[in-house]
Amino acid sequence: MKRYDIVIIGAGPAGLAAAVAAFDDGARSILVLERDREAGGILNQCIHNGFGLHTFKEELTGPEYADRFVRQAGERGIECRLNTMVMDIGAEPGAAPDAHPMKYVTAMSREDGLYQVAARAVILAMGCRERPRGALNIPGYRPAGIYSAGTAQRLVNMEGYLPGKKVVILGSGDIGLIMARRMTLEGAKVQVVAELMPYSGGLKRNIVQCLDDYGIPLKLSHTVVDIQGKERVEGVTIARVDENRRPVAGTEETYECDTLLLSVGLIPENELSAGLGVELSPVTSGPVVNESLETNVEGVFACGNVLHVHDLVDFVSEEAALAGKNAVAYVRRLEAAEGGAGQAARDEAEGGAGQAARDEAEGGAGQAARDEAEGGSDSVEDAVKSADNESAVVEISPRSGVRYTVPSHIRMSHMQEEQVVRFRVGDVYKNCFIRAYLNGRQIVSRKRPVMAPGEMEQLKLKKGQLLEYMEPGTDSYCLEIKVEEK
Amino acid sequence: MNKRQLICIGCPLGCQMEAEQNEGGEVVSVKGNTCPRGDAYARKELTCPTRIVTSTVRVEGGARHMVPVKTKEDVPKEKIFDCMEEIRRLAVTAPVAVGDVLLADVAGTGVALVATGNVAAG
Ligand SMILES: Cc1cc2nc3c(=O)[nH]c(=O)nc-3n(C[C@H](O)[C@H](O)[C@H](O)COP(=O)(O)OP(=O)(O)OC[C@H]3O[C@@H](n4cnc5c(N)ncnc54)[C@H](O)[C@@H]3O)c2cc1C
Ligand code: SF4
Repeated sequence: MKRYDIVIIGAGPAGLAAAVAAFDDGARSILVLERDREAGGILNQCIHNGFGLHTFKEELTGPEYADRFVRQAGERGIECRLNTMVMDIGAEPGAAPDAHPMKYVTAMSREDGLYQVAARAVILAMGCRERPRGALNIPGYRPAGIYSAGTAQRLVNMEGYLPGKKVVILGSGDIGLIMARRMTLEGAKVQVVAELMPYSGGLKRNIVQCLDDYGIPLKLSHTVVDIQGKERVEGVTIARVDENRRPVAGTEETYECDTLLLSVGLIPENELSAGLGVELSPVTSGPVVNESLETNVEGVFACGNVLHVHDLVDFVSEEAALAGKNAVAYVRRLEAAEGGAGQAARDEAEGGAGQAARDEAEGGAGQAARDEAEGGSDSVEDAVKSADNESAVVEISPRSGVRYTVPSHIRMSHMQEEQVVRFRVGDVYKNCFIRAYLNGRQIVSRKRPVMAPGEMEQLKLKKGQLLEYMEPGTDSYCLEIKVEEK
Repeated sequence: MNKRQLICIGCPLGCQMEAEQNEGGEVVSVKGNTCPRGDAYARKELTCPTRIVTSTVRVEGGARHMVPVKTKEDVPKEKIFDCMEEIRRLAVTAPVAVGDVLLADVAGTGVALVATGNVAAG
């Protein structure tokens, strides 16, 4: 079986950025596996512009943004196997759980059939898929002409096939808005975009440039209550909803159309992660990760849309680069422990039952840590600092208005000088504050003129800031992050 | 005086703005913006709104049927459908690479149409 230091699942922007960052950090044994016939992920069908303003300081289209990363990976000679579907990820059979077991990745391709590779570290970068149309809770027929917005995008932009001429769109997420414009440009008539919530889930810029530019009405607090037609969609009835999102009788309006597009949200694609025993968050449907973007399964990292749904690809790339670097650091730690050539490494090779493993369990202050300090420059610092609050763990607790955070906890021993915490809010807030409280004491307060569920927020935490509020002898902390009016 | 409502797209704040135009179409005042970017956006948007047009072009003899394209720079907003008309009629032969100029001047705008994706011959 072929062995790699790092195997990355998915060659979308996340997988590619993780691979490039891992390479630039010194890793040479990297494999990227992608089920599609080309790398680039969902960006290949997002032909509109608006990508890369943060990363490249210019406005690129999706395929151009993807192309930059495909080139970067190519220039570095990173091995990327296309048309390869990863079927399963599992721990090395029979390995003791505390022995840093290899991960076995089972993949399938037409040329090579079913095969396995072994990896020290795995980076999950499988992206997300659209919520199924079951979300549409309407009794009756399911005539042809109902598509998810992403499927329609693929048909129009990749296959050159226009799925309909008169269109109603349910959901005002970005894909729905982008498709409203795209189908209009291709000669279709988009009658209306109906949104269940009182606000749009899409970016303002998309509302202006995709709807307003073409005079397409956006009806907030509206939903589809009836679909006409047996074989093919002939019309769609929408109605206003009350505060409890129930349709209000008497507000129905019927639009003649042959196509209904659903843009009702995205959901991280985590079947593989679940099979591996990765803990998933019920809020994001993505893995629960620590400050290093590592899941509860040691050596398994996650980034991009598989972790939580992003609206800006730039942040995907940034997050993925961090996952790539952390995977390298993880591999180095293992190597240092093994390559110390002393008793520590041998003990560890024997199943982690020796002094090294015990030392490490005690907080990395023993021989293993000293060996490590000699092996890698960044870990010297780690070993020195272990006196104070290095063993502390900070659980991040999303409160009032904050739906979730990534990461969900921070191990002080692994925290960088600055830690970015990303999150989404559950409602639209104006002139509010985002505040963080460590065991009840406010440590950060940031004013935000406006926050909306459609736009990911971030808060930067400084290590010094946290340490300042920590007390000797206390190892577990709770960091509450909340939205406050004043 | 002619009053116009606009939403600034400069940042997520999305300021609601009201601009006044005189008979000559000149913008005489902009209100509601939080920063100067809003003012600049409103003046440009009311006097000469422009957009990048993105679409796809048919490819012959390629591994894929379509290649994504964009106008290399902004084109006047009222020219969008003229651009689309030309783009729809166009067909190119593979291979095509990112940055290839497919039309030197789309719909008399003076702006080139370039490929934004790669299609290998196949
Ligand atoms: C329709 C749409 C419009 C968007 N518009 C914008 C925009 O205007 N501006 C912006 O900045 N961002 C936009 N985004 C967001 C941005 O494109 C995404 O955030 C980004 O593509 C996520 O990257 P990713 O690598 O995590 O996921 P993806 O791009 O989804 O890549 C995941 C890859 O993993 C592969 N994969 C999955 N499972 C397996 C498996 N089992 N084995 C092998 N391979 C596998 C998939 O084939 C895919 O290639 C948009 C997203 C969508 C969906
Ligand atoms: S006016 Fe300034 S603050 Fe307001 S939306 Fe535009 S760029 Fe943002």
